[in-house]
Amino acid sequence: MNPGFLIDALVTVVGVTTPILLAATGELVVEKSGVLNLGIEGMMLIGAVTGFAVTFNTGPALGDLAPWAGVLAAALAGVASSMLFGVLVLTLGSNQVATGLALAIFGIGLSSLIGAGYVGMIVPSFDSLFPDRLAGDPLWRVVFGYSPLVYFALLMVFAVGWFLNRTRAGLILRAVGENDLSAHSIGYSVIAIRYAAIAFGGALAGIAGAYFSMVITPMWAEQMTAGRGWIALALVVFSGWRAGRLLGGAYFFGVLMTLELYAKASGFSFLPSQFWAAMPYIAAVVALAVISAREVAGTEAPACLGRPFLPNS
Amino acid sequence: MNMISRRNLIKAGAAGLALPALARSGFAAQPLKVGFVYLGAIGDYGWTWSHEQGRKALDAALKGKVATNYVENVKEDASAIPVMKDLAQAGNKLIFTTSYGYMDQTIEVAKQFPDVKWEHCTGYKRADNVGTYNSRFYQGRAVTGVIAGHMSKSGVIGYVGSFKIPEVVMGVNAFTLAAQAVNPKITTKLVMIDTWFDPAKEAAAAETLANLGCDVIAQHVDSPAVLQVCEKRKIYGFGYGADMSRFAPHAHLTASLDLWGPYYISRAKAVLGGTWKPDDTWWGMKEGILAMAPYSKAVPQNVRAAADKIIAGTKAGTYEVFTGPIADQSGKERVPKGQRMADKDLLVMDWYVKGVQS
Repeated sequence: MNPGFLIDALVTVVGVTTPILLAATGELVVEKSGVLNLGIEGMMLIGAVTGFAVTFNTGPALGDLAPWAGVLAAALAGVASSMLFGVLVLTLGSNQVATGLALAIFGIGLSSLIGAGYVGMIVPSFDSLFPDRLAGDPLWRVVFGYSPLVYFALLMVFAVGWFLNRTRAGLILRAVGENDLSAHSIGYSVIAIRYAAIAFGGALAGIAGAYFSMVITPMWAEQMTAGRGWIALALVVFSGWRAGRLLGGAYFFGVLMTLELYAKASGFSFLPSQFWAAMPYIAAVVALAVISAREVAGTEAPACLGRPFLPNS
Repeated sequence: MNMISRRNLIKAGAAGLALPALARSGFAAQPLKVGFVYLGAIGDYGWTWSHEQGRKALDAALKGKVATNYVENVKEDASAIPVMKDLAQAGNKLIFTTSYGYMDQTIEVAKQFPDVKWEHCTGYKRADNVGTYNSRFYQGRAVTGVIAGHMSKSGVIGYVGSFKIPEVVMGVNAFTLAAQAVNPKITTKLVMIDTWFDPAKEAAAAETLANLGCDVIAQHVDSPAVLQVCEKRKIYGFGYGADMSRFAPHAHLTASLDLWGPYYISRAKAVLGGTWKPDDTWWGMKEGILAMAPYSKAVPQNVRAAADKIIAGTKAGTYEVFTGPIADQSGKERVPKGQRMADKDLLVMDWYVKGVQS
């Protein structure tokens, strides 16, 4: 096996993994603050269609910068849709599971509506951050040959790990997720902190969506994220709410999926095909089971996860 | 024309609000109401999109005589049943259910609405008021296979498929046999991705095939993702179901086009004229429901001539890709020399020809 072959495979793995990693990193922060947002799939789709539409429409004016405007817009669209969720669950105290599912369905519908006029269009993708000499080098492309969003995703997972474990603000956010009443009684605004966490999760979900419509396949197709939001959700649970394991888990998934493709193309298969078709749903069911059976398996889950904050009742 | 979609219903907030309106429009309807049940979104630029073009062609051809409407994003499970019932109750007298997975549901609902004519796409179960129809997609695969055989320098061609069902298997085999007729050493690397629609996975599969040395990649999935990867990797690919050249102007060599319009028009005319029967129809290039998109600039003159010959032979009935000798993957002869495979054998094909690596 020559190194070129391995590098090719690794590039595929990175492409498969990045959007899941981005969305899961955002959701990790949300859940650490004690909020369960099941609407990742919907936020991703809204981000995907917004990123595509803005890139498409600003292309003539902005040229090479248009994809950056698109990603920014995708992040903002993710924030906007997450705020809808935020108002419902934080200010109005609605059920987080039901509201999150509603957000997922709403996102699918809204993105299809917005995207109807963009079907069949294409947009240019990002220019490489690095000179062609590095990005196109047969060997060095393994480090330099990716879309800027790939580096952003890695940066974010390390930043979130550092933020949660090494900073005072991260400690406060975790305190809100572990014991909202105590955090409230010593003067922290539980609601404000959770709003901020939900907005961050929305931004990363939006960018994850943009990765589909602007990097993997620069086009818009309805429901193009095809269930990745649910896998991201499951990944947060499987990681035990830790950034390091989240990174490992996301790449484990990416490697597994790529290996399967290589195995099939080479004439054998090590897992039944139905397993792959059922994967997103199995992952979501297991994740929800783990969350709801906290006392059995999910002791690592934030203690207030999914509970509304009602200080006066 | 009523534009009913499940999504719109959800957006309206309650199906109950929309349905009475739908039923009312049924009373006033003078023209023949024709309903369509779609698997995907009409914007999928593939399977559902091509049926939607067929519906529009029907609308245009029989203007004033028919009123068409459709429901998109209908899953191939029990949830298709209420959708079909709603269409029947809304006064549609001819209903096309456009995916294989609606087969049992169509039969079940058709029993409850004997005065409605049902047409199920790609299935094999029929009843007094249920006919079936299909297209000889493999004829288009044979054309793209001949082109692939000429264009591949590595002798290794790729194929991104969905599931191992006869329709997909026929396509893989027709593509491979036609390519081998040009270059006997051709092998086809096949990856089934276990879904019809997942652009990211389709792209990853195409990347994998390109990494393994394939320089022409065909696809039997629903999005143009494979073509976009071909474009990026500077190799070749084909559209399927629709012309997808806009997604990959350099990589896209041609595409087989599904043109359901002629069939839908003929069936609506049959209902209007009272001659409708529950037939089993398997049309192809000859009848005009399958055609090829224009060849791209990358296809040289001699290759165009070879492909045109296949098209002409198919239309005239002198060329059939499934003509023996055909051996399977293990080398065992399945079809003796000179013999054509019967339709009934094609429709249950579950083995790959020699040279397919899966």
